[in-house]
Amino acid sequence: MNGFSFWTIWLRNGRVWKKNILATLIGNLGQPLLFLLAMGYGLGRDMAEVEGLTYLQFIAPGLVASAVMYSAALETTYGSYTRLTVQKTYEAILMTPLGVVDLVLGEIVWGASKGLLAGIIMLLALPLFGVVPSPWVIALLPMLFLSGMFFSAFGLIMTALARNYDFFNYFTSLVITPLFLFSGIFFPVQTMAPPVRGFLEMLPLTPIVSLARIFSYGRFGEPILLKILGSLLATGCAVWLAGYLLRRRLIQ
Amino acid sequence: MRIFLGRAEAVWPREWWREGLAIGYSGVMSQTIPQPESVPDLSKQPAVVSVTGLTKRFGERLVVDNISFAIQRGQCVGFLGPNGAGKTTCINMLLGLVEKNAGEIRIFDLEAPRFHREIKARIGVVPQADSLDPDLSVEENLRTYAGYFRIPRRLARERIKELLHFFALHNRRDEIIEHLSGGQRRRLLLARALINEPQLLILDEPTIGLDPQARHLIWERLAILQAQGTTMLLTSHYLEEVSRLSQQVLILDHGQVVVQGAPRQLIMDFVGLEVFEVEGTAVELDGLEASFRQCNARLERVGDRLYVYAREDCSRLIKVMGEAGSWVRRPANLEDLFIQLTGRSLRET
Repeated sequence: MNGFSFWTIWLRNGRVWKKNILATLIGNLGQPLLFLLAMGYGLGRDMAEVEGLTYLQFIAPGLVASAVMYSAALETTYGSYTRLTVQKTYEAILMTPLGVVDLVLGEIVWGASKGLLAGIIMLLALPLFGVVPSPWVIALLPMLFLSGMFFSAFGLIMTALARNYDFFNYFTSLVITPLFLFSGIFFPVQTMAPPVRGFLEMLPLTPIVSLARIFSYGRFGEPILLKILGSLLATGCAVWLAGYLLRRRLIQ
Repeated sequence: MRIFLGRAEAVWPREWWREGLAIGYSGVMSQTIPQPESVPDLSKQPAVVSVTGLTKRFGERLVVDNISFAIQRGQCVGFLGPNGAGKTTCINMLLGLVEKNAGEIRIFDLEAPRFHREIKARIGVVPQADSLDPDLSVEENLRTYAGYFRIPRRLARERIKELLHFFALHNRRDEIIEHLSGGQRRRLLLARALINEPQLLILDEPTIGLDPQARHLIWERLAILQAQGTTMLLTSHYLEEVSRLSQQVLILDHGQVVVQGAPRQLIMDFVGLEVFEVEGTAVELDGLEASFRQCNARLERVGDRLYVYAREDCSRLIKVMGEAGSWVRRPANLEDLFIQLTGRSLRET
């Protein structure tokens, strides 16, 4: 690793992304926006308030976090796997002064950037649904980026282990979809029975969803430091593991 | 081969229990080969690449088995060998893409893979498989690659312009890779490999799958680069390509160096002056075999064909062959050497 060499890989991905910008944005943002419409607007109209928020208000920040997760995780699974196998981009990169560490950082930071962008677009779309975030939401952006790092790294771990594209079905149906449903986006985790609550709070998306809700409305009811530290630690471990596994895959 | 002899002995004690036979064999062969006459005093400079006792195992399988060689500045060394002989593994070890199990690699007098970043900054690689970015245009591919080497933008722009002209790609600058022909892609891979003005160019099957026109264009360009003093390591199954470009060849088989030296000299030493290929019935060929025994030649029967590898002028026997169905007389070439040293059996691993 040589300072910010990984940035050149980020630029390469950006250059390709610019060519298919519309398809990727629609692909990543379609689902959370539709959920916001169906659940928040459709279902939520007839529901009681949750934690003092309308149901639409309650789920909106969580859906922002989920947009980050989807965007980041899909980029470093399907996208990275294509670069690893079909396009042999990694092979080409490793013939230059760049090493596996640059490659892993470039891919993860790229995935996180795409995740952050998806999150920002979601946040900008919220006023259309009558949800106006507080100025505190600016502080949420680094958290979204961190979450993007985590899910990019998680995706890259899957890529390093994958033998074909079908392998990612396990990842989406056994990891990403359950996280989407059970990380407190659609129901409050705090009111669950303690063992269930404990488990759900250990899931990697849960603290981000809580932080998103806290920062979006500026309601600092619960402690945030532990959530941030936990996310940092989890992200550090995931990045390290992604690097370890990808190195094992690339260098025989 | 001079280098090989010395280094092989240097690693002898460590691996003697396994490699003993092989080294003894190669050693004897190397001794029978006279020194090539036209080697300038490059020996005083450190070699661009020097490899000693390089070994790689994939699980139980020994893929590269105690290989030693050197590439001198300005030289083109051809790596030959049947499929699975260990050529690509060897190259990947030079690049740090495969970890060696034993041995020493020095490139530009720097230890690999410890200094792989510094080393790779000065190497250009044309990989066997197309690894261009299919979504990007010709120029964007080169610009992206220049970025990996952290070449300043302005300098990169100039070099890209030169390289596109050199490889006759300038009017396809904005074309997406998918729309390029096989020959154009290969030329672009070459241009990409040269973006950092490498001191060592590694070419892994640079003209694989190309039509003769495309191949000749690439050969011509490689010859120009050679004339400019670029050091090259070339692997290819087109032995004509290797004969044209390489001053030294190194034949690998089963992960070991079978022989190395100047191609002309090796052909003279192992094959002979010229080759007669005769087609005929078994009876006819039996008769011819008997006649050819009067001449200093090695004979080989493959199906309904007789190969006569003549070590001396056997023209006096031409009249004998007149009776056989059809025959050709041609100079001995690298392909004869290759077949002789690695056998005719298929390698499918």
